[in-house]
Amino acid sequence: MKNKFVLTKHTAPYVFLLPVFVLFIVFMLYPIVQSLIYSFQRFERGQFTFVFFDNYRRMIQDPLFRKTLGNTFTILLVQVPIQLIMALFFAVLMNTRGLRLKGLFRVSFFLPALTALVAYSIVFQILLNEHYGVVNYLLTILGLERVPWLSHPVWAKASLMMAITWRWMGYNMVIMLAGLQSIPETLYDAASIDGAGKMTRFRIITVPMLKPIILFCAILSTIGTLQLFDEPYILTRGGPNNATRTVAHYLYQQGFQYARFGYASAIAYVLVLLIGVLSYIQFKLIGDSE
Amino acid sequence: MIGILKKNVYERSPLLNALLYLLLLIGAFISLFPFYWMFISMTKTTAEIFTFPPNLLPGERMMINIANIIDRVQYLRVFANSLLISSIYAVCTILLCSLAGYSFAKFDFKGKKIIFSIILMTLMVPYQATLIPLFRLMYFFGWGNTYQAVILPTAANVFGIFLMRQNMLSVPDSLIEAARIDGCGETRIFAAIVMPAVKPALSALTIYMFMFQWNNFMWPLIILRTNEMKTIPVALSGLIADGQVIDYGMVMAGTSLATIPIIMLFLMMQRQFISGILSGAEKG
Repeated sequence: MKNKFVLTKHTAPYVFLLPVFVLFIVFMLYPIVQSLIYSFQRFERGQFTFVFFDNYRRMIQDPLFRKTLGNTFTILLVQVPIQLIMALFFAVLMNTRGLRLKGLFRVSFFLPALTALVAYSIVFQILLNEHYGVVNYLLTILGLERVPWLSHPVWAKASLMMAITWRWMGYNMVIMLAGLQSIPETLYDAASIDGAGKMTRFRIITVPMLKPIILFCAILSTIGTLQLFDEPYILTRGGPNNATRTVAHYLYQQGFQYARFGYASAIAYVLVLLIGVLSYIQFKLIGDSE
Repeated sequence: MIGILKKNVYERSPLLNALLYLLLLIGAFISLFPFYWMFISMTKTTAEIFTFPPNLLPGERMMINIANIIDRVQYLRVFANSLLISSIYAVCTILLCSLAGYSFAKFDFKGKKIIFSIILMTLMVPYQATLIPLFRLMYFFGWGNTYQAVILPTAANVFGIFLMRQNMLSVPDSLIEAARIDGCGETRIFAAIVMPAVKPALSALTIYMFMFQWNNFMWPLIILRTNEMKTIPVALSGLIADGQVIDYGMVMAGTSLATIPIIMLFLMMQRQFISGILSGAEKG
């Protein structure tokens, strides 16, 4: 039996971790580090040469990059708060005592999160069609003007945000609802006895108790928005006039359509930096108690 | 509907109550309507889809649209690709994440803290930061346009490792110790004692991983080149590229057929799935 390799309490964790460890180093750590190195290089005729900060310098002067960064931030600052507030609003509604059809509502709100981004982006393309879309039909019924949803820079951004909100609101709502349900009823009862009204109870009990969950949703949504690619790629193709081109979409173009590996890697590292900084700020803002 | 409202035993005024249900119904309607639109669109021609006013009734072209999509992008092959990639991915990821999660939850070993925190830190790194080296690496291995190129990069899934670790923490140590004293090998303890104890988390994570890969778009778009290898989202996105006449009925047949299995899977395993997401949130 001596020559047979037997797992013991001390060797087992290393053996169990080995496959994950190998995959992790090859497909995660190596690319992350290599990407940083590429971001200081230029790729020409199959060769990488060091250009140090050229890519980053170029990025600062690149109007299209600045535009995509601006677009991404517009979506982040407008869509993410709206989505989180709506999710909280519907979660509070769903948390009403004695609500009927709760399971049905929850499934309905959650279903959008299951669809492939490609699938729902195409559906939204049809629904938002300027001449034949259902949304514009509803507007004309209400006596309003048709809106050029996908062909006007401002409206195209709005369409993109609507589509993202449609897909992710319910997902966040389900998470927040679970958070709400874990707040003990007795807290609310005690506050009522002390004479606290509905709004006061919401402010002094619900919001503070839900802080960690809201933080979790905020960080996930922020990371998701900064990496936004599928929707603008399908729904608006980045247009019109680059109004909906996001940083991730620009990175894809630079890297995989023009083979500017160095420049695309530098863009990726700006994303890394932004996600790090924004997550840190959100932790400080919301999670100061933790 | 009226009956439902009347039976409510709590102290809200009827007006407020009606408002509550109205808002929820509007929300649910908006959430579901695009699905309805997608499903009826697969039964129509492009001209029938784009009518004014919109026609909410189904048409008669379903079988033709399905036949067209099968013909145009080798949909059966593409569907099989998606199914194969997503299934293998889900199974591999679950196994790998469980093994790693178990190590982190139930063993003490040198470097455990450092390894675990490095793994967790990569959660903050966007996917895109790895794409270019990954792309070159895959071609270096000769794996461009292959299944393994899609499956492997995210197989050591950080979220999965974290989730399994959290769930395995609650498996009693005494159970594992008792098995050891009985002479049970480490691999058997893992397979016969620990894995069955975290079954709910396993099924939640399996569906989650399956769906992630089923809907995955950017990386497969980059690495899969030929029609025979493409997954559903990649194949469908090719049909609506610029500068071609889009047969929306056909495309909607493609998206519907891709969406229906996911909805069924979700409805069957709803409870586990939602609790799976939540166990990530609670400890996040």
